[in-house]
Amino acid sequence: MTNTTYTVIFYLFAAITVFSAAFVVFSKNVIYSAFSLLFTFFGVAALYVFLSADFIAVTQIIVYVGGILVLLLFGVMFTNRIMMTDLKTDVLNIVPGFILLLAITGGLIYTFLARADWYTGTVQLQGSVVEKIGFETMSRYVLPFEMASILLLLALIGAAFLARFDKSRNMNDK
Amino acid sequence: MDFLATIGLGHYLVISAILFGLGLFAIVTRKNAIVVLMGVELILNAANINLLAFSKYNGGMEGVMFSLFVIVLAAAEAAIALAIIINIYKTFNTVDVSSIDSMKE
Repeated sequence: MTNTTYTVIFYLFAAITVFSAAFVVFSKNVIYSAFSLLFTFFGVAALYVFLSADFIAVTQIIVYVGGILVLLLFGVMFTNRIMMTDLKTDVLNIVPGFILLLAITGGLIYTFLARADWYTGTVQLQGSVVEKIGFETMSRYVLPFEMASILLLLALIGAAFLARFDKSRNMNDK
Repeated sequence: MDFLATIGLGHYLVISAILFGLGLFAIVTRKNAIVVLMGVELILNAANINLLAFSKYNGGMEGVMFSLFVIVLAAAEAAIALAIIINIYKTFNTVDVSSIDSMKE
């Protein structure tokens, strides 16, 4: 792959990511936002591949697209009565929001590009990162790894407990 | 022009700054709790891009491992937040965050 194609493909995925993220934020329809978030996640996964973190990219697609996005769509479907309400959502604080958006983004870009003098190592990550992740997980990061698994278990039990079907209240509603 | 032609650390940082700003905008301006949650996901993705970019250009594995844990925590956070939103909907019959103003029914 020549350098020019590399650059062009990078800009393509960067544009997909940024524009679909903007559509998530500015769209009035929640369903459109959720499906646009799909393209954002795929674009971010492609950027991870550019950063030679292929395992993270696959994890991103499995966890975000396969898990979190489906969960968000379930949330949209549960919390909007399909026939009764339109899926529009109102906005508030639009002017302070825009000021915050421009100030934070501009300030961060200015700081990142003009003010900061990043240290870059002599060697960069090259090739696949899967084997290194395996070594790191089982050596330096074994305690955070186990803690993450326990936390995930607790979080899923808690989520199932919180969102469980409540029979008595449901009877009263009907 | 030279900056645009060769992809470096700065490009990834700019993308992540834009994603962070958009996510913050969603959190501040939208009334639907689920769209607020989408903004949180955008911010987490921006943080992940930063971690992986620094890890790539530093040559170390710390950022990669951190981004893996960020994804795990994002999954847990999304599950819990959706459960809370469904409970809010059961109680108030709305997910409009600006009209939820009491701690009990």
